[in-house]
Amino acid sequence: MIETPDDYVIEVQGLRSQFGDHVVHDNLDLNVRRGEIIGVVGGSGTGKSVLMRSIIGLKHPDAGTVKVFGSEFYGADEKTRLSIERRWGVLFQGGALFSSMTVAQNIMAPIREHLGFEGELAKDMAALKISMVGLRAEAGANYPSELSGGMKKRAGLARALALDPELVFLDEPTAGLDPIGAAKFDELIVNLKETLGLTVFMVTHDLDTLHAACDRVAVLAEKRVIAVGSLDEVRRTDHPWIQEYFAGPRGRAALAAKAS
Amino acid sequence: MTMTDSAAHFDIDLASDGLLRLKAFGDWRARYMKPIDAALRDFADDSVGRDIIIDMSGVARLDTAGAMVLQRTFQACQNRTVNSKFIGAHDAHAELLRQIESHLAPCHVEPFHRNAFLKMTERLGEGVVNATRAMLELWDFIGHTLVSGAKLIVRPARMRWRATVHHMEETGLDAMPIVGLMSFLIGAVIAFMGAKILRLFNAEILTVQLVGIAVLREFGVLLAAILVAGRSGSAFTAQIGSMKLREEIDAMRVLGLEPIEVLVLPRVIALIIMLPVLAFCAAMLGLVGGGLVSWLVMDIPPALFMAQFEENIGINNFYVGLIKAPFFAFVIAVIGCFQGMEVEGSAESLGQRTTLSVVQALFLVIVMDAFFAMFFLEIDY
Repeated sequence: MIETPDDYVIEVQGLRSQFGDHVVHDNLDLNVRRGEIIGVVGGSGTGKSVLMRSIIGLKHPDAGTVKVFGSEFYGADEKTRLSIERRWGVLFQGGALFSSMTVAQNIMAPIREHLGFEGELAKDMAALKISMVGLRAEAGANYPSELSGGMKKRAGLARALALDPELVFLDEPTAGLDPIGAAKFDELIVNLKETLGLTVFMVTHDLDTLHAACDRVAVLAEKRVIAVGSLDEVRRTDHPWIQEYFAGPRGRAALAAKAS
Repeated sequence: MTMTDSAAHFDIDLASDGLLRLKAFGDWRARYMKPIDAALRDFADDSVGRDIIIDMSGVARLDTAGAMVLQRTFQACQNRTVNSKFIGAHDAHAELLRQIESHLAPCHVEPFHRNAFLKMTERLGEGVVNATRAMLELWDFIGHTLVSGAKLIVRPARMRWRATVHHMEETGLDAMPIVGLMSFLIGAVIAFMGAKILRLFNAEILTVQLVGIAVLREFGVLLAAILVAGRSGSAFTAQIGSMKLREEIDAMRVLGLEPIEVLVLPRVIALIIMLPVLAFCAAMLGLVGGGLVSWLVMDIPPALFMAQFEENIGINNFYVGLIKAPFFAFVIAVIGCFQGMEVEGSAESLGQRTTLSVVQALFLVIVMDAFFAMFFLEIDY
């Protein structure tokens, strides 16, 4: 199959990000296909989160272009930006739930704002999302401070899914979860992707997640994407960091777990 | 599959066999649900217990919102006979409808509310208990601080000079411009107002006494204390509070570092040293402001101002002002640090505690000032 630009949901070309003199990305290219779960890995400080922030419009690139759904985000007018923003959902690392609202109110916030839903319909939507991410109905009335880490992530995901996005960004979705919770979260993401036809851009450290959830893996090092492809392809890449990452004790353990 | 982007709509017909048929057309996505939601609800209310067939063959696109609305309508109508069903759905749509089916239970939205009277009583009780507890804890904290301070006197080598000097700079030196400017202006205002009234009695020269006594006894130190409470008291709470949130205080404890000694004492000592200095500068600049207004507005030249000042204003006024400064400093620093230590859980608590720290410090400073005023009046100093 020949890939056309239409198949790409995200196209990053020649991205350069820097903070003062410190260059994080230089000439970075990355394409994300429609309907896949791509996992972005890399050592600490290689700019995984910065890449995500550059794509979702929180960090202006110092050079290069970022296209989402085929149109350039930076430099687009307000209306185009808004129409793009309505088509994606973002789960921040800590959930980033609004602390003054209950979980259900958090989910209803974008629904009210963008879809104009009121009353029962908004509540029904919130209930649906809460149930879909595997939270109990009672959790809707909880404030974020009353939730555990795993519940916060689920609630954050429910809010990210509130507008039925085509594209979901997840920043370290399993960080800070216990292995059982993390495995369930992987399962949830795969399940939602299949049900809703999502494209998922995931920043992660978690080798198990790469095995369990990701269709493709992109490795960040040396200020760019040094390898991208299926897990097996990437694992075979002859780069010291990749070898150490996948052949290290944790990498082998994750592989063994997958094989068994 | 046709991809016509037309808004969701539906037809209903009641067939001769008694079955309701709902034929859905168009784009059943979230953005189109608002206009048809009410109509579908009414339809469902009227159709409870009827058999329904929902024909999906005209649906171009479907997302969770559309699927939810269709499923909800279906669930509300059908009386669980085999005749009720979805027909004509694309595979993907059928799968989505199936997935949504198990997620239709309503959820809780609002936090749990109790009886208003009970809630009010509870708040009152909670307030009393918390206030009592906070007061006891504050005394406990003051005690700890004093004991740690006493230990320092026995073993001065443990004094953290670097931190102390750092806080002296932050709370004292850096506050100098704003404190100076404020008291200069207040001095000028007092002179101005005084002159206006005293002119009625032909006693303009008494403006000198007015400015001198007001600035030396009260305004110099009070202004300095108020500004420092707002500026440094809140900063202490924020600094210590954010350390508490990041578990830095706990880390200190397990490393055998006493937070009171490391964090609180340097701040308290720095403020006790610097507030009198600030108060002194404030008093001097207040006098300059008053003197300047006297000169420019009332033609009292500086030499006359000084002579009048020297003759009529005892040095005791100056002492009364300055003696209050270390007490105010102690209260401001201790409250600031105490509230910082009380921060718990979230950033919200940090904000609340910072506000509380400033409010309490200001309140106590003014109450103490009133007591000092009564005390000096009693002993006639």
